[in-house]
Amino acid sequence: MSTNTEFRTCPTTGLKVDLAAEKLIKVNAVAAVVFLAIGGLFGLLVALTRWPEVHLLPADWFYLALTAHGIDVLLVWIIFFEMAVLYFASAVLLGSRLAAPRWAWAGFGLMLVGAIITNIVVLQGGSSVMFTSYVPLKAEPGFYLGIILFAVGALIGCFVFFGTLVVARKERTYQGSIPLVTFGALTAAIIAVFTIASGAIILIPTLLWSIGLVSHIDPLLYKTIWWAMGHSSQQINVAAHVSIWYAIAAITFGAKPLSEKVSRTAFLMYILFLQLASAHHLLAEPGFSSEWKIFNTSYAMYLAVLGSMVHGMTVPGSIEAAQRARGLNKGMFEWLRKAPWSNPAFAGMFMSLVFFGFIGGISGVVMGTEQINLIMHNTLYVPGHFHGTVVAGTTLAFMAITYYLIPLIFRRELMMMKLARIQPYIFGIGVAGISVFMMGAGTLGVSRRHWDMQFADAVLPFDYPSAAFLMMGLNGMFAVLAALGGVIFIVVVVGSVFFGRKLGKDEKPSYPEVPPQAAVVAQHGSAESLKIPGTTMLVAIFFLAFVLYYFVNWKYLSEVWPLS
Amino acid sequence: MAITPPTQRNWWKEPIAKVELIWIVIAFTWGLFMFFMMIYWHGAGEQNLSNEAYRIRPEQFAEKTQAMIDAHTVRQENGFPVVHPPAGSDVYLTGRLFNWWPILELEKDQSYRLHLSSVDVQHGFSLQPVNINLQVHPGYDMVITVKPDRAGEYGIVCNEFCGVGHHLMVGKLYVVE
Repeated sequence: MSTNTEFRTCPTTGLKVDLAAEKLIKVNAVAAVVFLAIGGLFGLLVALTRWPEVHLLPADWFYLALTAHGIDVLLVWIIFFEMAVLYFASAVLLGSRLAAPRWAWAGFGLMLVGAIITNIVVLQGGSSVMFTSYVPLKAEPGFYLGIILFAVGALIGCFVFFGTLVVARKERTYQGSIPLVTFGALTAAIIAVFTIASGAIILIPTLLWSIGLVSHIDPLLYKTIWWAMGHSSQQINVAAHVSIWYAIAAITFGAKPLSEKVSRTAFLMYILFLQLASAHHLLAEPGFSSEWKIFNTSYAMYLAVLGSMVHGMTVPGSIEAAQRARGLNKGMFEWLRKAPWSNPAFAGMFMSLVFFGFIGGISGVVMGTEQINLIMHNTLYVPGHFHGTVVAGTTLAFMAITYYLIPLIFRRELMMMKLARIQPYIFGIGVAGISVFMMGAGTLGVSRRHWDMQFADAVLPFDYPSAAFLMMGLNGMFAVLAALGGVIFIVVVVGSVFFGRKLGKDEKPSYPEVPPQAAVVAQHGSAESLKIPGTTMLVAIFFLAFVLYYFVNWKYLSEVWPLS
Repeated sequence: MAITPPTQRNWWKEPIAKVELIWIVIAFTWGLFMFFMMIYWHGAGEQNLSNEAYRIRPEQFAEKTQAMIDAHTVRQENGFPVVHPPAGSDVYLTGRLFNWWPILELEKDQSYRLHLSSVDVQHGFSLQPVNINLQVHPGYDMVITVKPDRAGEYGIVCNEFCGVGHHLMVGKLYVVE
């Protein structure tokens, strides 16, 4: 029944917005940002402790903060924001009412309660088992319970998203196929269902074990299924932030995908192959065959990586095509040079794209190579890699789209524009530094999740090379920079949401400026005449870096003791 | 645009631009190359994990370690037995809260069947500065044939979080000429 639904029309984009969906997008985004602030603070404490000259927290607090950091940012911030993305990509982009808003509220409530329970339990101190909670390390039952409630809430959100797609189709709110961004969000939601199911399969028995109702959980079985949740949930992020890249390119430039077929097939690759990634965490583990490892760690011959490499060309390519259609045709890079670098949404999105590919993507494939993994497993290289994907990639993209959500969904003028303009650069460069220096320290062997790299109180002495200490110092400095970027983001966003000037009913905000000739740009896409030399050059540089770095690491591996 | 339905209703029939097609072919080929590189290394490379592993009860593994210690201890160091097992033999290293037990002394360019397991929670075997990192599980006996190719004194850091004393868990391994 669509009769009771209230809509408004967006004066900037002309989209029809269901007010119930709008409210749900707002609450999920606000909850997300709150947990980003909490989790980010824990992250800063962790980085300051790992900075050898600072060594801020005592050991037990360090392990507590690291556990909370992982849960609050890797899980809570990202999934809350993804719920907002799902509701936006379904109800708003399709101009439809949201299916079952009450269920969506129930899901939100469960997520919030779950997140709070787990946070409280972690802060009580008896559950410093890290985000991964590998058995037989045991946390308090509330630790698992909170995560399970959170996941059930997220699952409800996914089904509200699916329901909205059905409603929109039935009520014919759009013509033809769903937009590419909605298709990407659908990819994320499908992977999310698989992810949450895996989480339930392993965390419910673990909860029972922690209460005392189950006597034993096999550590290897736990790890296999836990990572079917843990790694797949990162693929939700990839699908979501790639969708956001496309969305920002569309809103900022009126960019049209180079080819709907190629971009959608690339998303399909994610659905089909990303789930195999549990194997990335099992390469240095006993009891798996090499055949199993090779097939799974490569996502069946790198087909999911292929998907990301395709997006890596089509997203900047669509921007280049749109800019060239607007006359920015000089040389290879005028389109990029004259891009709106002072628009924080674009700046954040483009850095997210570059860092995700160059830092997170390449390192992920190299580390996920069966044999190379043994010179990186559980070193700081691992968090170096995933800060490149999840923070420089996902978080930066989510921050970028938030700058559009404030005027378009929260209906407030963005405040402190000057700070907002520099925020993506401060945060992006900070995070890129964190990633690179952690990877550097990892290459030198430094352990992740470790309080004291000097081993001051250990019975047997051991010293890491001095270069490793330098890396950790630099890591600390860039973490401070990233934290500054995070604080600016939160100040601008919270300030604008609560104190920004309210926009009138049909008032267009001064930011963002959406190109008026979007419709014209949409016509350029005759495939034969497509010229994207700048993007081709960027892709060539990326590929060269990838190949070189890949072989450098085989070289490193070949210098290790012979093993068989 | 990416936020609106495709302009061509039959978008799946649109031709793909040449530049996209070329990149897809290159990226796909590179993926195949990386896939076969792992298989190739199993034949041509010297650094591969055997994946030989057995289920074992923690106390059984502790007994095997102790039997090796009883037979081959050559000296004591900071309360740790230093064990010099014969070249080519099965050697045992136990991870436990919070040390690696015992200290092994191996001969350069000799092969050993190194058994790794834990008697409590998971630990991470991180041999430094060679940088060989393996996960150590309770209940599983992981066997790797190692052939140290440089003499020296090595550290074994625990790189899987194992509890509040995790950062105290450092072991030692000697390789002698």
